[in-house]
Amino acid sequence: MNRLKLILLQVAVGLGFLLLWHVLTAYPILAPTRQTQFFFSTPLDVLARVWKEFASGEIWRHLGITLLETILAFAFGAGGGILFGFLFARRELLAAVFDPYIKAANALPRVVLAPIFALWFGLGIWSKVALGFTLVFFIVFFNVYQGVREVSPVVLANARMLGMNERQLLRHVYWPAALTWMFSSLHTSVGFALVGAVVGEYLGSSAGLGYKIHEAESVFDVTGVFAGMVILSIFVILIDLVVTLVERRLLVWRPAPSTNGQG
Amino acid sequence: MPASSTTSAVSLLSVAITFGPKVGGYTAVKNIDLTAAPGEFIAIVGPTGCGKSTLLNASAGLLKPSHGEVEIFGAPLEGLNSRAGYLFQQDALMPWKTALQNVAVALEPQGVSRREAELKAREWLRRVGLAAFVDRYPHMLSGGQRKRVALAQMLIRNPEILLMDEPFGPLDAQTRQIMGNLLLELWAADRKAVLFVTHDLEEAIALADRVVVMSAGPASHIIGEFPVPLPRPRDIAEVRLEPAFHHIHKEIWASLRTEVQKAYAQGEEASP
Ligand SMILES: Nc1ncnc2c1ncn2[C@@H]1O[C@H](COP(=O)(O)OP(=O)(O)OP(=O)(O)O)[C@@H](O)[C@H]1O
Ligand SMILES: [Mg+2]
Repeated sequence: MNRLKLILLQVAVGLGFLLLWHVLTAYPILAPTRQTQFFFSTPLDVLARVWKEFASGEIWRHLGITLLETILAFAFGAGGGILFGFLFARRELLAAVFDPYIKAANALPRVVLAPIFALWFGLGIWSKVALGFTLVFFIVFFNVYQGVREVSPVVLANARMLGMNERQLLRHVYWPAALTWMFSSLHTSVGFALVGAVVGEYLGSSAGLGYKIHEAESVFDVTGVFAGMVILSIFVILIDLVVTLVERRLLVWRPAPSTNGQG
Repeated sequence: MPASSTTSAVSLLSVAITFGPKVGGYTAVKNIDLTAAPGEFIAIVGPTGCGKSTLLNASAGLLKPSHGEVEIFGAPLEGLNSRAGYLFQQDALMPWKTALQNVAVALEPQGVSRREAELKAREWLRRVGLAAFVDRYPHMLSGGQRKRVALAQMLIRNPEILLMDEPFGPLDAQTRQIMGNLLLELWAADRKAVLFVTHDLEEAIALADRVVVMSAGPASHIIGEFPVPLPRPRDIAEVRLEPAFHHIHKEIWASLRTEVQKAYAQGEEASP
């Protein structure tokens, strides 16, 4: 399948969906148009709203806040995950003792923490950062832990035979191995940082994309909700693109650059 | 070092190695007595799975013998053997480093500056015929090219003992000869003790001062040591044409063949 054909097909699917949506809401096929439009809005209305949001400049402030929360959540979550991942992988006892607690904490649905974080950190950005942190931390933690534990024993033995001390092993073997695993989960963890931010905003705040969507929902403004979702999707795609570029740069040595973009 | 010239470089003294529990585990090798003098080139041949890699691991200090002793230049080996370079049978290069970085990093533990290390690494990669591939990552190299990078990585440190586990395994016949001659040339210039594992008996004879033949496992032991009195310097391709070569080959093959058949029959039995 060549690239052009693929892109054409992808665009065709999108246009087909929009067309179906348009036809079903513009003509009284399933129900009177007033009714369908109340529940589903129309693609043209949604696009017009998206355009208006950007044209008026109102949306930028919200985007900026969501982006800031996402970046902070990712930075703290990844930093903590790397630190503890390393520590636990190199200290058997620590890993064994904390194992059940970490599993329990990871199994907990993080949404239930949102109100508590709001209580602790207020309604500003930090409660959202905290929510994103709890999501990102565990993904990065488990990946780094795994990466350090599963360093190829032959590569490790070879490095030791070259006379490397613990510090040099850390730098030349463990660290790159752990980073590989971390980057293989980069799309997921960045995605979760964003989920944390948006869900946190949705549950209680006065700014951000999640807030915008919540605000529209509370007055049954379906067009506003869909417009918010479209903007969120564009935002996600752009972030994912950046992640892919970063990944390509950092993992040049890998056999096949992973191209599975979820997030 | 005058002291080392009087002793042996590597001595395995009635070494036995058992994997798993002491009782009921799998004893790979047993009663191994093997001594490499400084500057001696020893080739080890034996059927697959007999324990050749296991012996090199013990000499490297990566594996502690369950019984017996490993001595390096007369001193009992504690921990890793810092005087040996080891070329592993499997791929052991750091996949996240280029060929150049992989070779240069071998000098870091010795405190060589990075600039100087890279200069030397380039020189070594040129010597093993990889001047054009310095910036490639391991996955972009062929199996034989990776082996040559590993060879450069080992030799750049200038270790006193070389442990080599089928270093030319994945190379084609021509490159094998070129690399074999290169190895002999480097070795002649600065004689190190070499333990060289190979499955190619002709290669073993062409390279070594002494060929050690191991029996099929379990509890593999040395069934024969054959000195190779061929004159040096040798050329890998030409030495094979000499009558003495054929004579030695016939002699060693006679003892090796039954072991290979034994190992093969065991494999057949073991498979369902
Ligand atoms: N970690 C281990 N645990 C259990 N058994 C092992 C282990 N390592 C090696 N063995 C066994 O010890 C025996 C010797 O292994 P070794 O790798 O030394 O063989 P080898 O002579 O190098 O074979 P080849 O020529 O195929 O490389 C084999 O039967 C193998 O199955
Ligand atoms: Mg082996």
